[in-house]
Amino acid sequence: MIAVAVIRLRDLFAVVMLFGIYSFMTAALFMDLDAVDVAFTEAAVGAGVTTVLMLSVLRLTGRSERRPAHGPLLPLIVVAVTGAALVYGTLDAPLLGDPGAPANQHVAPRYIEQGPIEVGTPNMVTAVLASYRGYDTLGETVVIFTAGLAVLLLLGIRDDTDALPEQSPLLGQLVLRVVVKSLIPLILLYALYVQFHGDYGAGGGFQAGVIFATGFILYALVFGHADAKRVVPPRWLHRLAATGVLIYAGVGVAPLFSGQAFLDYSALATDPVQGQHLGVMLVELGVGITVFSIVLAIFYALAGRRRQM
Amino acid sequence: MNELPGLFNYWAVVFLMMAGFYVVISQGNLVKKLVGLALFQTSVFILYISIGDVAGGSAPIAAAGVTLYSNPLPHVLILTAIVVGVATTAVGLALVVRIHEAYGSVEEDEINQQDLAADEDREVKASADPARTHEDARP
Repeated sequence: MIAVAVIRLRDLFAVVMLFGIYSFMTAALFMDLDAVDVAFTEAAVGAGVTTVLMLSVLRLTGRSERRPAHGPLLPLIVVAVTGAALVYGTLDAPLLGDPGAPANQHVAPRYIEQGPIEVGTPNMVTAVLASYRGYDTLGETVVIFTAGLAVLLLLGIRDDTDALPEQSPLLGQLVLRVVVKSLIPLILLYALYVQFHGDYGAGGGFQAGVIFATGFILYALVFGHADAKRVVPPRWLHRLAATGVLIYAGVGVAPLFSGQAFLDYSALATDPVQGQHLGVMLVELGVGITVFSIVLAIFYALAGRRRQM
Repeated sequence: MNELPGLFNYWAVVFLMMAGFYVVISQGNLVKKLVGLALFQTSVFILYISIGDVAGGSAPIAAAGVTLYSNPLPHVLILTAIVVGVATTAVGLALVVRIHEAYGSVEEDEINQQDLAADEDREVKASADPARTHEDARP
């Protein structure tokens, strides 16, 4: 398996590339297990963004790894014992694909039966994400926002747009330039489709934000950071990220004025289902904006830093 | 997947989880440790998704003529967890970059050695000039 190769190799560049492939395989596995939304996210995030971020860190820290000082025996024993305990624990777990498993019993049938009726979105994942479990998703959006802030606090984004003399070394490659140029509009268009069609098909704010950011990351990789920052200045990203969270929280607060509960979208319109639909769409928009700007800001911060040693 | 024993998914998850765990505790390189952590993380994702799978079920998007769907709840949890995961990994990577700038290395033992050396340095200075360190301690 690829995971073993990831452990054995000492060339960190190969490790990161293999990890990207591993993520893609995981996405295919999720697809097989009927989790289309998750497969989507894993393919965009794991195989795309994580690989780029790790590569930009390797550029700063060097790609080779030293042999560990102590032998692998002690960790191996610890791992084997823990693994054996876990396998023993699974022996009376429900079988794969069992519809009667406890996890598929409590609230899940209600989500499946009532979701499309109450929320009005055929994609149940979107319905659960934005409406039934709106609190969770709000919390997670805030976590992403906070993580982005932490990265910016630790690294900061260099704002010397004109002072960057370095051109991307890939700029000389004509084929790459033409292909990327024609791909980027398609990627952005696709992201918008995923964003606004997430109620009906697979997709939603999280995936759309990541895909949208990927388009700009591709641009920055090929045409250089200075050009990318001229298109999307880092200053905007800070504001956009905060705006996204604000949209989400604002949609949550709005029903309070008409005497409903926090994040109860039914109060947003006269018809409850329509209100739900509107609420879900706005919330997904907020999520998408936040995820997009945080991912791009993190990329700027990590990849725009120069080696200081 | 029907010919495999029904617990196969858990064993795959345990194997991946332990692989990630092994990388985290046995390797000295901080970037490699983060890769191990991400490996551990994906194993948890697979665990949740495989629990939510229903044999013969379809993807949880309502369609005419489909009655059996997979459980959407784990999908929601993992979908957000993946994006949160990349954000937290980025925080870890940012810390690694800062550590590299401060120490010139991302190997755990080299960093520890430098810390020890710095500590000893300070102790030597303190014993050589106790009066000054006493003054330093005062605000």
